Amino acid sequence: MAELLGKDFVPPDVYGKVTGKAKYAEDFRADNMCFCRLLLSPMPHARVRNIDVSEALKMEGVLAVLTADEVPAQPPPAEPILTNEPLFVGAPILAVAAETEQLAQDAIDRIRIDLEELPFTVDPLESLYPGGPDARSEGNVVDNRLGGPPQVKRVKWTAADFAAAGEDKLPMGEPLAEWSYGDVEGNFAKAALVLDETFVTAGMSHHSMEPRSAMAYWQNGKCYVYGSSQSQSFVVPDLANYIGIPVEDLVYVAETCGGGFGSKGTAYPLMSIPAHMSRKLNGRPVMMRISRAEEFYLGYARSGFQGRIKMGFSAEGRLIAVDMYVVQESGATVGFPDWPSSGETVSILYQPEAMRWRGTSVFTNTVPRTAQRGPGHNQTVSITEPLMDKAARALGIDPLEIRRINSPDMNGRIGGERTPVTSCYIREALEKGAQAFNYAERKARSGQRNGSKVRAVAVGQGFHPAGFFGFDGIVRITPEGKLHIHTGVGNLGTYSHTGTARIAAEVLKMSWENCVVERGDTRKHLPWNIGQFGSNTSFTMARTNYVAAMDALAKLKEIAAMDLGGSPDDYDIGDERVFKKDDPSTGLTYAQAAQRAIELGGRFDGHEPPGDVNPMTRASVLALAGTGLIGAARDNLPVTGQPAAFTAGFIEIELDVETGKVEILDYLGVADCGTVIHPKGLATQVKGGAVMGFGMAVLERHIYDPQNGLPGNVGLYQAKPPSYLDVPSVMRADAVDLPDPQSPLGTKGIGEPVMGAGSAALLCAISEALGGHVFNRIPVTPDHIVNVLSGRGQSHRPLQVNTA
Amino acid sequence: MGTRDMMPSFELYQPDTLEAALDLLGRFGEDGWALAGGNDSFDWFKDRVKRPRYVVDLTGIEALKGIRETADGGVEIGALTTLTEIERSDVIRSRFGVLAEAASKVASPQIRNTGTIGGNLCQDARCWYYRYGVHCYRAGGNTCYADTPEGQNREHCLWGADRCVAVSPSDTAPAMVVLDARMVVAGPNGEREVPAEQFFIGPSIDITRMTVLEPGELLTAIRIPPSWAGARFYFEKVADRNVWDFPLVNIAAAMRVNGNVIEDARFAAGAVQCTPRRLTVVEEVVRGQPRSEDLARLAGQSAVRGATPLNYNHFKIPLLQNLVMRAVRDA
Ligand SMILES: Cc1cc2nc3c(=O)[nH]c(=O)nc-3n(C[C@H](O)[C@H](O)[C@H](O)COP(=O)(O)OP(=O)(O)OC[C@H]3O[C@@H](n4cnc5c(N)ncnc54)[C@H](O)[C@@H]3O)c2cc1C
Repeated sequence: MAELLGKDFVPPDVYGKVTGKAKYAEDFRADNMCFCRLLLSPMPHARVRNIDVSEALKMEGVLAVLTADEVPAQPPPAEPILTNEPLFVGAPILAVAAETEQLAQDAIDRIRIDLEELPFTVDPLESLYPGGPDARSEGNVVDNRLGGPPQVKRVKWTAADFAAAGEDKLPMGEPLAEWSYGDVEGNFAKAALVLDETFVTAGMSHHSMEPRSAMAYWQNGKCYVYGSSQSQSFVVPDLANYIGIPVEDLVYVAETCGGGFGSKGTAYPLMSIPAHMSRKLNGRPVMMRISRAEEFYLGYARSGFQGRIKMGFSAEGRLIAVDMYVVQESGATVGFPDWPSSGETVSILYQPEAMRWRGTSVFTNTVPRTAQRGPGHNQTVSITEPLMDKAARALGIDPLEIRRINSPDMNGRIGGERTPVTSCYIREALEKGAQAFNYAERKARSGQRNGSKVRAVAVGQGFHPAGFFGFDGIVRITPEGKLHIHTGVGNLGTYSHTGTARIAAEVLKMSWENCVVERGDTRKHLPWNIGQFGSNTSFTMARTNYVAAMDALAKLKEIAAMDLGGSPDDYDIGDERVFKKDDPSTGLTYAQAAQRAIELGGRFDGHEPPGDVNPMTRASVLALAGTGLIGAARDNLPVTGQPAAFTAGFIEIELDVETGKVEILDYLGVADCGTVIHPKGLATQVKGGAVMGFGMAVLERHIYDPQNGLPGNVGLYQAKPPSYLDVPSVMRADAVDLPDPQSPLGTKGIGEPVMGAGSAALLCAISEALGGHVFNRIPVTPDHIVNVLSGRGQSHRPLQVNTA
Repeated sequence: MGTRDMMPSFELYQPDTLEAALDLLGRFGEDGWALAGGNDSFDWFKDRVKRPRYVVDLTGIEALKGIRETADGGVEIGALTTLTEIERSDVIRSRFGVLAEAASKVASPQIRNTGTIGGNLCQDARCWYYRYGVHCYRAGGNTCYADTPEGQNREHCLWGADRCVAVSPSDTAPAMVVLDARMVVAGPNGEREVPAEQFFIGPSIDITRMTVLEPGELLTAIRIPPSWAGARFYFEKVADRNVWDFPLVNIAAAMRVNGNVIEDARFAAGAVQCTPRRLTVVEEVVRGQPRSEDLARLAGQSAVRGATPLNYNHFKIPLLQNLVMRAVRDA
């Protein structure tokens, strides 16, 4: 019986957050610290012809200028640290250090920079047209799928490709990648209903509340960096590489992170600028605070899609054929592979009998893209869930029913390779949600009009992979009888660093007061862990903490058997003791066992780390050697499929047909996240994710002026993430709480599908309120709704991007 | 490029009398800047797009704060009164509710707590290109970035384009027009009163300013005459978000209704041209008519006659039409 799992706890970092003592990157200070500021490109694509810093350097208190020539070059299309060929408005060209921030900016204003304007584009389809502009000199298309170096190509579709599609349908020229299974054409021929829809999803910023500030200095040959990242250990190798030092010379501190949403999952080049500047200043501490506007320019964004999906349904509502094509806007640098996730999402959520997926990824001279909560998955459900409703309406089936008909069970398969999942309970989530939301009854009043307002009830689904494997865990029992759980996962703000640490405590039957979570600083000797992204922590870190705790458990029993006789199997644990099963009074306290481990040395106290762990873990174990009984292990637990998480969202709205305004009256999200670790943390994800989804559905989008490449929403008030008054004051969260059989304690991740479900549900409800499917575009803003209701066309063309 | 987010130095003056403030501003001329709550000003300063050398902080001038009832049954509002005070004022709520309502819809509670009515009425255009710091007509240049075939002008004007297509962003300005408020302007040559309708100016009069205020002049108070006290009022604002967002369109209305007949009315809309747009045609259409669905619809249609949309803002036509309809129907 679980003592800790499924119960709320007070996360150790919460005190700091409510008292203000928690330190974010810009809160750190060091003696003699100076500041640096960045000179950002005013042009969407240019070449630096000349930089004249003489006036700036003459100013008293200005310390140094750092240019692209002085920092390690990154292989294109990787994002550079600083650049002489800016590829988007806001690209950092150089940095200036000064005694004060204001002085650094004053100095920047005195730098004379000569830029040669180069061709640019903010529309992928423009770039794919014969003779169209290339965002980068190396090419216009990037295969940025993970698992290998990115490949840049120059791809132009033919004029015939465009002509065949016409103005309003996505042309489908040469793709970068494709897969298919089943008899797609044959099934379309059999289909009772075929939809062929062209769609657009807007790019949008992450808007992390904490901008990506960093402070760095050098001391005794080591570089100290205080950064803002979702991840801890995972950041270290790449950051060391950006700085140009071996991993062991980097001390990296990331105790708290004010949000990342994917934009701070890995190391990013910018993070290394204070370190480079500090090196130039003989190790003097340099603080680089990033402002809100800069966070927009440099803080990454979600990719937008221009896409097309053809869906064939049987008369009974079964999705029997899908043909999907996605063109991704990847920004000007390597970007992130959202595009393949589009096909995976459709394949798992609806289990189409036959499917073809194609996609490509195109550079534009816009902000760099990276993963944002459900990258690809959440854009996709925002488009396809309303289409499922469209099919349901055409076939006379209830929207919930058509989802039931098509939803996966434990035998669900993903993608072209038909990968199995470790678990899937979306059907149960739909069922539980329908009950709790009183769906059937409320659905009956959907469409009712009261004055200018129409009610609508809808359901939406979300999916995201939910775990990785093969990383390491370290736990340590000290002679004081404390269990230290060393976690390198990072602190995204979800408290899952501690939620998953509790799994080690659970295995060792420790009382939680005697546990210490060690994290947030390489000097705490942390294991090699993947970062806190991809909804993976509750699966991946459950496994690492489990195997480390199991290793400690085995050692406890071994030591007891050694000292007290019998074999390890004769021993059990409880009350922080290891004791003989048949004579519980014979045993050792954990404190005694830890003392014995130190005396025994070798593998017991960390002097001999396991052979299969990562070098970072090995170094940490060796550094901890002699301080207690050390459990350390690599996660070699079997896994035979893709961990997968799902969410069902239920919503009721009122749409005002005279103003186009939508009010969300009620929302319930039901998560399939395996066994629940931390109910409060989960509820925050389910609700907060939905809020972010509402923003994606009806508020947030990039605007770029196509004539000069200027971004139109560099401030929060322009970018419009949802406010308190745009969401219901009470939202509800629940979970199916069924275990994933391939996770030692049944847990798996959840952070991302919760957003897709919220977005999809809201968009489905808007269609419902309007009496049927209208929009193949997100976000759906009041102007779009007013245009439809007044019988006007939209101002944008169907495939236009980065526009209102 | 703007958006530097790093305020430069300036000399700060904190006078505690109007006379001292006027004296300072008179001396500084074009290099001076009057500062109230700073919600508009600090944006400009931080982006280093506007860089005054001398900033005169008005918030220490007690005489410019507060709401006073006048002998004639109207009110006088000091220009330094915060939007929150206006929103909460009993006398404004009971007699000039349209203004309380408009003030309550401005921006966010934080901004309303520091933002002043004077600053709200004198605030600069919010065209995103202009705010970005481009050298457009309004910034003294010779081009408009928004009024081009591909310019992103969803938030821009339906009327009154003249090289510049920015709109009046203020939520309180249309309410002031509807209430026939008088703007009290003080300057080197003494004090004058300007009707709200004439206080705001479009690009055809001066493309670099939004009001009649000359450098060195201050808005000291707003006098609301009793003429519309206790009338039937309507205010509605449509924005993308329900808080912390500028209007896509707003509507303010005051009506004298006897029985069911609208004896007299004043209507004004915001965010459709560079000044609050007095809808005299709507007033003509409804005056002397009984209120009905049909009249409301007709009023809405009349409101948008002659609107000339740009490429991304034609939604403002049905939106304004509907808001006027609602005002007549639901007030
Ligand atoms: C994020 C954001 C959202 C906003 N949303 C809205 C909205 O929805 N609706 C809305 O109406 N407004 C909105 N605003 C504008 C805001 O309400 C105004 O900026 C604020 O009311 C200005 O008041 P202030 O006292 O802070 O002005 P300040 O910034 O101090 O002054 C603004 C301007 O007026 C001048 N000025 C101030 N007082 C006087 C005076 N007495 N005499 C002469 N000139 C003077 C200043 O010189 C300056 O040019 C928003 C602003 C922000 C930053």
